[in-house]
Amino acid sequence: MKAKVLKKELLSPKLYRFDVEASRIAKKTQPGQFVILRVNEEGERIPLTVADFDREKGTITLIFQEVGASTELLAQLEPGEEILDFVGPLGQKSEIEPGIGTVVCIGGGVGIAPVYPIARGMKQAGNKVISILGARNKDILIMEEEMRAISDEIFITTDDGSYGVKGFVTTALQQIVDRGEKIDRIYAIGPVVMMKSVVEATRPLGIKTIVSLNPVMVDGTGMCGCCRVEVGGETRFACVDGPEFDGHLVDFDGLRARQAMYREMEAREKDHVCRIGLGRDE
Amino acid sequence: MMALSLTKHPMPEQDPKVRAHNFNEVALGYDEETAVAEAERCLNCKVPQCRTGCPVGVNIPGFIAKIKARDYDGAIATIKESNSLPAVCGRVCPQENQCEKHCILGKKGEPVGIGRLERFAADREMAQNKEIVPMEFAKDAQKVAIIGAGPAGLTCAGDLARKGYRVTIFEALHTAGGVLSYGIPEFRLPKDDIVKKEIANLEKLGVKIEVDVVVGQLYTIDELMEEEGFDAVFVGTGAGLPHFMNIPGENLNGVYSANEFLTRCNLMKAYRFPEYATPLRVGNAVAVVGGGNVAMDAARTALRLGAEHVYIVYRRGEDELPARREEAHHAKEEGVDFQLLNNPVEIMSDGKGWVRALKCIRMELGEPDESGRRSPKAVKGSEFELPVDTVVIAIGQGPNPIVASTTPGMETNKRGNIVADEETCATTKPGVFAGGDIVTGAATVILAMGAGKKAAAAIDAYLKEKRGA
Ligand SMILES: Cc1cc2nc3c(=O)[nH]c(=O)nc-3n(C[C@H](O)[C@H](O)[C@H](O)COP(=O)(O)OP(=O)(O)OC[C@H]3O[C@@H](n4cnc5c(N)ncnc54)[C@H](O)[C@@H]3O)c2cc1C
Ligand SMILES: Cc1cc2nc3c(=O)[nH]c(=O)nc-3n(C[C@H](O)[C@H](O)[C@H](O)COP(=O)(O)OP(=O)(O)OC[C@H]3O[C@@H](n4cnc5c(N)ncnc54)[C@H](O)[C@@H]3O)c2cc1C
Ligand code: SF4
Ligand code: SF4
Ligand code: FES
Repeated sequence: MKAKVLKKELLSPKLYRFDVEASRIAKKTQPGQFVILRVNEEGERIPLTVADFDREKGTITLIFQEVGASTELLAQLEPGEEILDFVGPLGQKSEIEPGIGTVVCIGGGVGIAPVYPIARGMKQAGNKVISILGARNKDILIMEEEMRAISDEIFITTDDGSYGVKGFVTTALQQIVDRGEKIDRIYAIGPVVMMKSVVEATRPLGIKTIVSLNPVMVDGTGMCGCCRVEVGGETRFACVDGPEFDGHLVDFDGLRARQAMYREMEAREKDHVCRIGLGRDE
Repeated sequence: MMALSLTKHPMPEQDPKVRAHNFNEVALGYDEETAVAEAERCLNCKVPQCRTGCPVGVNIPGFIAKIKARDYDGAIATIKESNSLPAVCGRVCPQENQCEKHCILGKKGEPVGIGRLERFAADREMAQNKEIVPMEFAKDAQKVAIIGAGPAGLTCAGDLARKGYRVTIFEALHTAGGVLSYGIPEFRLPKDDIVKKEIANLEKLGVKIEVDVVVGQLYTIDELMEEEGFDAVFVGTGAGLPHFMNIPGENLNGVYSANEFLTRCNLMKAYRFPEYATPLRVGNAVAVVGGGNVAMDAARTALRLGAEHVYIVYRRGEDELPARREEAHHAKEEGVDFQLLNNPVEIMSDGKGWVRALKCIRMELGEPDESGRRSPKAVKGSEFELPVDTVVIAIGQGPNPIVASTTPGMETNKRGNIVADEETCATTKPGVFAGGDIVTGAATVILAMGAGKKAAAAIDAYLKEKRGA
């Protein structure tokens, strides 16, 4: 169905927040799910996580980075204009339940957006939420206020030390572990390298670590197999079996390789686009 | 009686050398004189064997007699009594295994070109762009939800709308048509001229089509019936789940399921990249694994996208190819290289995450098994590498579990297909019917349509009883 853009906000260079009118989807969406959209007739189908939803107002919030042709096309839409196709909610919802205990929610870069509804859900369910937000520098850090409001404790890390702890999200995670905090579950969403390093850090500690994967997708319904990832030695389709998986079982190198499948053609299509932030995995 | 030709009138076709590089339709269709001449070959048998081979029992001698008499409106009306998508079936039915297989003329020579005549009648009607008169629905007309806009769902919807029910089709993709839109390529089944027109006609009739709705995710069947006010539901979600071979290297870059390969090309129009934004990487040498229609379509698509060498790798022999005979023939004419009696065992990497070669083992046919089919056995030590940079896996599709897994009370078998009554298409859940590939496993367009028709009749009976008529 079509979906009208209601509000558009530039959060930081090339990072947009859209509120979109999609009441049927807003009614059904749960944290962890995503939509697939196609801006116009010639457009590609691209997946974006539902960063927030308002069932009363019937809106879905998307937070996306302009990295290539399709996200640039989306970024050109102005309030009042319509997205031609808007499908969702897709994928499995996050396992949010009371009584998990202490949950550490880690978001890196744009990955903070999808972590937000999960962290909020965990808090509402009565769990203790410690959040770690990572960004390259202070200027591109997003959603600090929102995350602060729903976290029992919050850590911020920047690669260059321009704000919060200097270092990576794993630096903050180590601090939490070192002070003897008992962690029951970790959610880590962000660039592949970030998720991989979190997973490597938690593996020896035996803490269940959930990651959200973003392979290239087409239909989002399990029909094409484009989104396949190896989890626990088995091929899974991220669009229907995921996008969340147990991070300790994910083959991240395989995922990275598959994400690059179209890099050359995409570059040809959009060679004038500044490639900073490409693929969210640097 | 004049002597009749033993052979069918040939189908005018694009030259293989030219058509291997374009997406225009390969078979051009009979003109009027050829059609009438071909119709004259039909003996108008008293006990027409041809009809026993048609899954929906089209009155074949009836419509052919009308073509002979140049009553084309009469011909198409006769066909449409039992087949609502003749322009599609005339093009894609495996006629050699169905109607034409049983035609009496086939005993001595070639059967009547039933499919070609069906296509002729249908195309002629389409070209006239006849006004469709919209149905007038009663205020209290009962509502039926159809899940999936493939041939099964479209047929069921059309029949129910004509009976006065308010019908809404929910389709997961952004375009209706099912395999007709995303799977079968343009050069075999033109989208704008045929598929879109058929769908537009249904909408003119009064069928509502809601694309971009994944049932099971946005609504469950229970919600459709309890909250959205639908009195009955038909599930026609097809066989959309691609099978892989489970051999090493299948997740390398350059390996596609046929569904992905064809969807990118047909639905997303990657052949017009970058005007259309979806990319499709083809490479120079492509191996397509499988021997059915899907494999032929993928191979011929790869050629048209510019691949220099395209192989079909199939583990059985020529006679066992499950594809329509015409498709295999066309593929060969266009230059597809058939590597029969070969089975892939591994996809080899170039060390950088991309495909370098497909390793195969040679097969030989053993003794016939109980089913009479000779099963292939590997020849020890015969492995070899086919140098390719793209591999397309076309070894079959299974049922997508999204709907079944969210519908308590609707039984599936151990393969995941929905269990439905053969005659009524009723599932084990009251008010819910199912048909097409989701029930039978991957089959044919005409079987899916036939199921849609049966289901429409059964839903009508069910709803009549429900309203106490
Ligand atoms: C489940 C899921 C949720 C996502 N959520 C978000 C989000 O909330 N915010 C956000 O900014 N991004 C998100 N992404 C990534 C987003 O889909 C891609 O950035 C977008 O598709 C890029 O398209 P492009 O044409 O602008 O860039 P391109 O230049 O075409 O591609 C840049 C990179 O994006 C990836 N990509 C390209 N096409 C696709 C595709 N069809 N599907 C998936 N990835 C693709 C590839 O890795 C590619 O190398 C998500 C991806 C997935 C799978
Ligand atoms: C490449 C290819 C070539 C073929 N060639 C031939 C041929 O030459 N001749 C022939 O007779 N047959 C051919 N077939 C087989 C034939 O196309 C199928 O048997 C037929 O299309 C089945 O019809 P269907 O209506 O059951 O399902 P489909 O055509 O598969 O349609 C199902 C529809 O349901 C939608 N759907 C699925 N899940 C959901 C959901 N949860 N919510 C909403 N919608 C949903 C799908 O998106 C799809 O549009 C071919 C198949 C393929 C893939
Ligand atoms: S519908 Fe198919 S099988 Fe039946 S008569 Fe037409 S072409 Fe033959
Ligand atoms: S069997 Fe052949 S000749 Fe006889 S009616 Fe059918 S098409 Fe005509
Ligand atoms: S995107 Fe096609 S199967 Fe997941």
